[in-house]
Amino acid sequence: MDNSFIIDKLYKRFGQDILKMDTASDILTFTVASPVIHDLIDFLKNDENLNFSFLTDLCGIHYPDRGLPLGVVYHLHNLSENNRIRIKTFTTLANPAVRTVTDLFSTANWMERETYDFYGIIFEGHPNLKRILNVEYMDFFPMRKEYPLEDPTREDKDDRYFGR
Amino acid sequence: MNMETPVLAYHKADAPDGFSAPGIFATTLDRVVGLARKNSIWPLPFATSCCGIEFMATMGAHYDLGRFGAERLSFSPRQADLLMVMGTIAKKMAPVIQQVYIQMAEPRWVLAVGACAASGGIFDSYSVLQGIDRVVPVDVYVPGCPPRPEQIIDGFMKIQELVAKEPLRRRYSKEYKEMLAEYGIL
Repeated sequence: MDNSFIIDKLYKRFGQDILKMDTASDILTFTVASPVIHDLIDFLKNDENLNFSFLTDLCGIHYPDRGLPLGVVYHLHNLSENNRIRIKTFTTLANPAVRTVTDLFSTANWMERETYDFYGIIFEGHPNLKRILNVEYMDFFPMRKEYPLEDPTREDKDDRYFGR
Repeated sequence: MNMETPVLAYHKADAPDGFSAPGIFATTLDRVVGLARKNSIWPLPFATSCCGIEFMATMGAHYDLGRFGAERLSFSPRQADLLMVMGTIAKKMAPVIQQVYIQMAEPRWVLAVGACAASGGIFDSYSVLQGIDRVVPVDVYVPGCPPRPEQIIDGFMKIQELVAKEPLRRRYSKEYKEMLAEYGIL
């Protein structure tokens, strides 16, 4: 199975919803519209020729300068032919909702909780979408760029000592 | 045959201040209790990172914290006298530290070992507690990242000084209770 086969198959099925395709870092990458993400991953997993049966990773990303700033990145792996593929999808900050893939991959449960915890992306249909790593009372999403990395409760730091 | 006197290897505690005459020695109860306590501290090691590794060296034969009467570690807070916090404490772990402290019986002391336990250290981050003194009262801070075993022993000996000089009524005082109430501990 080479890349052109995968590209043909995906364009035939999801042509108008594929926004971008490239092979950054030697991994075939598709950027797709967020409403089709579940159907596309379902297709990649369950099509008998594609057979991407393993979800390697699922994570969030934030580009504050873009029109659609919040993204989710999926890494899929075809274990029998050792093929990898990367799917990206982006949403707005106002309504960061993406359909869950927990019905396709059980492992997505904790990955989506982590993505929600750090980026505030709502996975619609997730069975238990709550914080997983941070404290429950945290009232912000720390990996979004508008929040400072430093602890806001420190009073003893003088900006002059840090060149700012 | 000439035989040398063997050198005694154990640590001999000095007698506290008091009045002595042939056959008698008089001092205060505080000092006797303090003398006994200071040479039989049971530490509870709460080790989360590299400071914990230094503590393992401190407990080992080369540095040997047992020389100070502290070779018996208490992994149950109920029997522990000294909470030794060694390492980075995440905010999610802060209630655990406080719970361990609450479970310890009075009198109890706390030693914050290393920059992370004392102030958050290099981890000035949304997820890390900026010093354990935000959740429990700390008696002695040991600086260093991580501190060497000598520094941990120095901090431990500072605790011993506090233990030896502690008045028996201190834990019942109004000031002490107010201090605990500030931390939400009663």
